[in-house]
Amino acid sequence: MTRLPDRTVEHLRRVSEWPDLSGTRYQLEELIGQGGMGWIFRATDRELSREVALKVLRTGASDLDSMARLRREARVLARLEHPGIVSVHDVGTLADGRVFYTMKLVRGVRLDQPADDSSLPDRLRLFLRICETVAFAHAHGVIHRDLKPGNIMVGPYGEVLVMDWGIAKVREAPELPARPESAPQAAEEESFMGQTIEGTILGTPGYMAPEQAKGQVGLIDARTDVYALGAILRYLVTGFDPTRPGAGPVRKAPLPLAAVVEKAQALDPAQRYSSALELAEEVARFLDARPVVAYREGPLERARRLGAKYQAAILLILAYLAMRLLVLVTREL
Amino acid sequence: MAAFPQTRTSVVRELRSRDPEVYRRAFDGLVAAYWKPVYFHLRLRWEILDAEAQDLTQEFFLRLLEKRYLDRYDSARSRFRTFLRLCLDRFITNQKKASTRLKRGGETVPLSLDFAGAEQEVREVASEYADPETRFHREWVRSLLALALEDLRRRCEETGKTTHLALFQRYDLETPDSGPASYQHLAEAFDLPVTQVTNHLAWARREFRRLLLERLRHLCGSEREFRAEAKALLGVEVA
Repeated sequence: MTRLPDRTVEHLRRVSEWPDLSGTRYQLEELIGQGGMGWIFRATDRELSREVALKVLRTGASDLDSMARLRREARVLARLEHPGIVSVHDVGTLADGRVFYTMKLVRGVRLDQPADDSSLPDRLRLFLRICETVAFAHAHGVIHRDLKPGNIMVGPYGEVLVMDWGIAKVREAPELPARPESAPQAAEEESFMGQTIEGTILGTPGYMAPEQAKGQVGLIDARTDVYALGAILRYLVTGFDPTRPGAGPVRKAPLPLAAVVEKAQALDPAQRYSSALELAEEVARFLDARPVVAYREGPLERARRLGAKYQAAILLILAYLAMRLLVLVTREL
Repeated sequence: MAAFPQTRTSVVRELRSRDPEVYRRAFDGLVAAYWKPVYFHLRLRWEILDAEAQDLTQEFFLRLLEKRYLDRYDSARSRFRTFLRLCLDRFITNQKKASTRLKRGGETVPLSLDFAGAEQEVREVASEYADPETRFHREWVRSLLALALEDLRRRCEETGKTTHLALFQRYDLETPDSGPASYQHLAEAFDLPVTQVTNHLAWARREFRRLLLERLRHLCGSEREFRAEAKALLGVEVA
């Protein structure tokens, strides 16, 4: 019997850990992603002959808390019907007790994967779509709490999907549809998981707002996500990812954008933009070469900005004036 | 070596059986899973030279068989593999105290173990893990997986699922550094539709997992230990 190499041992152990989907309508295909809590597999829905993404708890994280959290994530996603949020198809429990849910299979790249050579305006337009998606969730009473480039997927046509709502905070909002009466278990879990205990720290360092990092759960609101959006904006503008030790910015941020990032990431929530939409409006102003609220520009900067904004018109006027001058000079001669 | 047990009875219970057939089968299963961890433990933890370590490995298992030491195992007190390692350490300590080892007579049939192959692996094992406990544990897991693979091979041959096995071999066992072959590539190589490739692979993985858990269950002292081992070693929750 030949000694199995370490790599094979690890692979076989992993294969053994993979969920056994017998008894479900799904067939496992391959592992396509993993996080702290769960794995995401490409799977086939045999009933409908279509590919889906199947998220299941890692075996090491299959305690009651994690199971309730995954169920809750599926319900949060089911509530949020938006093009920027992946739609959930099904939720269930495997024979070994692990919870899973299936969702639309998204093909694309994560924002933290090697960046392409897209221009700053393109990256900013992408950021606007992230903000719009997050603002939609906020309007439905959901705070994501773990926004970071690794949780943003960009599709082949530039579509943006905000992923991993596993630690989202849900507050009741008038827009939320009423919970069906026939879901007592769900209700029980919601009340359990919806109330994250004060002092509990969930999120990603570098993208977490100070109040979140301190476990001040009661202070967490839309502005907590605004802080993370500020960190994402900084990443998109400068290339700086605070989760990668030793990696500094690779591009310099234009001063108005640097000020927008600074305001979004203010330590005091009251000093930040009050909503994701407000932050998006600021970035849209920059894109339109309008002045941003967070930055007071000097006369020279203003002239330069206006010059850039009205470049075509200024050139036309200058060309017209040059023509007039030429005509006058010709007449004089 | 070690026909796969037909039932899910624990090896410990089978080793207490008075039926020589059951006892022998359980013993073979035990040796198959543990002889390499035992041999590496003697070579590396006790720094015993290869020829002597080979003799001692044989003698250790034969002594277990002869003296029925495993009858003393109490699943409430420790894990079976921990008990076995402690038995081994005590056995070696006693051997050292006696300073001369009992030389066995010609009537004893030695176990058929591939020591030459194991000896080639000793240096590799020594460089991988410094801690004897971790080493024993890792080598035990490795043996367990290898036995489950043998079981899978046997099962595939018995049921005529050789293509399933060949696909499993290519995709899950012979993964090059660049990653596994794509399903499409395998489909072309085996002249099958991609859906059939994934179906066959799904079956082989499911069967491998089942056989692995069967092996593990057999080698544990109790159902409780089995559940704990399944979760700790393989990460799986068993129903």
